[in-house]
Amino acid sequence: MNAYLDNSATTRPTDGVIEAMALSMRDGYFNPSSQYAPALEAEKAIRACREAVARAVGAQPENVYFTSGGTEANNLSILGSMAARRAPARVAVSATEHPSVLAAYDELRAQGFEVAVLPVDREGQLDWGALDAELSKGPALVSAMQVNNETGALLDVARFASRVRALAPDALIHVDGVQGFLRVPFSIRGVDFYTLSGHKLHGPKGIGALVMGGNARVHVKPRQLGGGQEKGLRSGTENTPGIAGLCRAIGEMQSLGDVQAILREKKLRLWAAIREAAPQAVVFGPAPEGGAPHILNVGFPGVRGEVMLHALEGDGVYVSTGSACSSKKRKVSPVLLAMGIPAEDAECAIRFSLSPRTTDGEIDYAAERAGAQYAVLSKFWRR
Amino acid sequence: MNVRDVLLVRFGEVHLKGLNRPYFLRKLVENVKFAVKPLDGHVWLSDGRIYVSGTSDVEAAKEKVCRVFGVYSVSLAKELDKNLDEIARAAIEVATPLSGTFKVEARRSDKRFQPDSMGLGREIGGRILDANPNLKVDVHNPDHRISVEVRDMAYVYCGETIAVGGMPLGTGGRAALLLSGGIDSPVAGYQIMRRGVTIRAIHFYSFPYTSERAKQKVIDLAAILGAYGGGMPVDVVPFTKIQMEIHEKCPDEFGTLIMRRFMMKITEKLAKRRGCLALVTGEDLGQVASQTMEALAVTDCVVDMPVFRPLIGLDKLEITQMATRIGTYQTSILPYEDCCTVFTPRHPSTKPHLPDIEKAEALLDCDALIDEAVEGTEEIKYWEQP
Repeated sequence: MNAYLDNSATTRPTDGVIEAMALSMRDGYFNPSSQYAPALEAEKAIRACREAVARAVGAQPENVYFTSGGTEANNLSILGSMAARRAPARVAVSATEHPSVLAAYDELRAQGFEVAVLPVDREGQLDWGALDAELSKGPALVSAMQVNNETGALLDVARFASRVRALAPDALIHVDGVQGFLRVPFSIRGVDFYTLSGHKLHGPKGIGALVMGGNARVHVKPRQLGGGQEKGLRSGTENTPGIAGLCRAIGEMQSLGDVQAILREKKLRLWAAIREAAPQAVVFGPAPEGGAPHILNVGFPGVRGEVMLHALEGDGVYVSTGSACSSKKRKVSPVLLAMGIPAEDAECAIRFSLSPRTTDGEIDYAAERAGAQYAVLSKFWRR
Repeated sequence: MNVRDVLLVRFGEVHLKGLNRPYFLRKLVENVKFAVKPLDGHVWLSDGRIYVSGTSDVEAAKEKVCRVFGVYSVSLAKELDKNLDEIARAAIEVATPLSGTFKVEARRSDKRFQPDSMGLGREIGGRILDANPNLKVDVHNPDHRISVEVRDMAYVYCGETIAVGGMPLGTGGRAALLLSGGIDSPVAGYQIMRRGVTIRAIHFYSFPYTSERAKQKVIDLAAILGAYGGGMPVDVVPFTKIQMEIHEKCPDEFGTLIMRRFMMKITEKLAKRRGCLALVTGEDLGQVASQTMEALAVTDCVVDMPVFRPLIGLDKLEITQMATRIGTYQTSILPYEDCCTVFTPRHPSTKPHLPDIEKAEALLDCDALIDEAVEGTEEIKYWEQP
């Protein structure tokens, strides 16, 4: 049996998504910018997806810009908006952001911006006091992620946005929604930039979007120049199969009903089963009843996450030790360290991430194998 | 005018051989042929040198030939008819991009050709000087040496590229290399290959303490070494159970040594099965606890085969430099390996006493564990993989 519990790394595209993409490539392959009728059909398919994305977050369709994925959308939000400024300014970013955000802030720092890093608490929650203190210094841009990819820590976006608006009215607000979009309710109200990615919701890789908030007054400098697609913000022939796949994935996700409730039930089931199989296991991040409904970060004391991961892999259970983007580098999760978890504990972390399509059978099997492997591996404590 | 590019391939040590020299030469020619095969070259032996002609990409062919063990140096030459004017024209062409000082070195094995070597050198040198104002003559310490050779045909070239040297692969028998994925063992394998020995790699695989990626890294290293000739099959030995047994039952400080002894015994068994006559390891004296003289003595005495340790007297820095030169360093430093630190003792024994080790080992069913590991070994020929 196999259990794929690494849905925050990527998800398997559904048959419907694959079909929609195949159709787009086979019949709808025209360049949307071409002058003849079939090209118009391709353009309409893009518009349909734009509208679907906009509806899902309460935005205007013309404020949806397609990108190659979450990384590009985050880069464009941060570097594009700051490139439009005349001079370097103060900016603020939460400590546990995804590398596609942190690296963009590193770039700003190199350009002379003053970057403030906002701390998080033991559960990965933004430190509201520190945020207030920072906002009083008038940052030009503030970034915080909707759902943390490693721990499932969940941001109260409405509260975050209203705090920023109240204390730093000129600040732009960027929210990375790659792990949250369609799994946690979200409204663009009060937010300037919201980013999402197709392959985290059973869509294809290589497609994502940047959604801009209400007044779209924001000037963003494009980082890729060319034929002026996406209203000049992101040149390059549109990824029509990717967009068709994303559109289908959004539709399918929405047709599942209350995705958040479905996921929460699965997460609680997983945690109960793990605790039964390995009573020593601990949770890093928010308690399973709270936080995002699909990410559970578990520490198995005394067994390095990497070893546990490979042991589970041998049983056909696929999980992660953190963000897949960084798992080729050998180091302890900076996210867990930022939460104040000691390195030797953080080393033992395993991230389980669910999809509404994860079956109870997969969950039970994964927990059972985790317990069995832990029983074997924990005998070999480093003495 | 009939000019074509050829490679002049000189061999080093093979010259020292006596009556079996033809055997070594045959093998070397075979290996050069194999190296340039993808480029459709024609290879032949004549006048104590190997010639390669007719390749689709002469620079690529040169690079390949430079990596054939037994080759001392390679020159890219123009081959042409024995005609003074033609030779001069070719020499001027070779000298066109040069500046600084030069010297013409002329040689004549066809003694009927006129002028003689001295005269030929002077004549060609003079014409080059007339044609290229950026060059001056310096016969003692020139920047460039332009060679002119008159044999069955005439050859003109500038300089030679020093190749890997050593002995032709396949003339020195076969040996088994313990290939870990670190920096040292690939270099050790290379050193022994360079002595003409065909190498098989043995890798100990500790899943889940090391991952599929760590295994792939070892296969990639074997592929890099194998590209020097003949390929390098990898035997992957399942080793986790043995490590766990040692960890569970034996005193902690002897853990690494007992593990090394298991590795040697398993490698010897596999080596015999694969027709290997020696073992090769990347150990160098004193690098870690298991590489002290006492420790090496304790690991050596479990096998009857010679154990070659070509790095024994080198510093880490020297080994790293060699790894960079032979092209394995960048792969060796990928971080997948070394997940099995859980098994490394805190205070390993550096001056072990053999009876203590043997007593500790007696707690395990060594023969059964070894047989199981040998039987479970998977042979990987990466060049046959999809």
